[in-house]
Amino acid sequence: MQNHRTDLTVATVGDIVAARQRGRDLALEVGFSSTDATLIATAISELARNIVLYAKSGTLSLEATIDGNRSGVVITARDKGPGIRDVQRALLGGYTTSGGLGLGLSGVRRIMDGIDVQSRVGKGTTVTARKWLHR
Amino acid sequence: MAKGVNPSSGTTRQPMPASVSIFKQRHYLISRVPAGPSDEDLAGLRDRLVREVGQHRSMGVIVDVTDLDVMDSFSARTLRDLALAIRLRGAETVIVGLQPEVAFSMVQLGLRLEGVQTALDLEEGIAYLDNKRVRQDSGAE
Repeated sequence: MQNHRTDLTVATVGDIVAARQRGRDLALEVGFSSTDATLIATAISELARNIVLYAKSGTLSLEATIDGNRSGVVITARDKGPGIRDVQRALLGGYTTSGGLGLGLSGVRRIMDGIDVQSRVGKGTTVTARKWLHR
Repeated sequence: MAKGVNPSSGTTRQPMPASVSIFKQRHYLISRVPAGPSDEDLAGLRDRLVREVGQHRSMGVIVDVTDLDVMDSFSARTLRDLALAIRLRGAETVIVGLQPEVAFSMVQLGLRLEGVQTALDLEEGIAYLDNKRVRQDSGAE
């Protein structure tokens, strides 16, 4: 089994573009289709944007897992920001705003195969999302 | 590019990221969003187009997103705001060249560009704007 991990600091909007381009490249290396690589890049963009908007800075880890049985990517977005009060509501879309353009975590949940959110108000948030190559 | 297209001279007074060119073609302004646009690139383009519609008395704006690799909530919101602001100024915006993967990811995400006209490519975008003008001139709208 092969694992490859990249840790990126996210603090500026420029970092968002860099993170999603790295993510897209990584997804293509793992063997995702162009369509799925775009989805993964979009999820990364949203997670990185949340860090910049709410937490000012954090880290985004991109991990590629290449396994005989299962290959995929795991995205981990970590910050020491304000935290999310109601994680379930955020995941289900309760925090979306104006005409489907306030994506948030519910959008990431729709794109990825699995998502896990650990958050404590005043302490920070860690979002882990994964997508597997479907053979 | 079609004949007779002139690059717009930078007439802004404040310094602005000038990475996106805006071309004037007849009554329309045409711009192309680059690959991997920063938030400043998109916000800057939005502000410039809204302003230049007035300077050139344009009736339509085409934003070509062929090179846009990812549409996230910020870019979708900025394009929508651009189209709405331009409509308030009396002109119409058409977003063209949305790539298949980007369109699909938008559907997956539930991103809607509501109230924003789209067309397949530059040619279709111009045809749409021409058509709209004809309908308006003939009093049909």
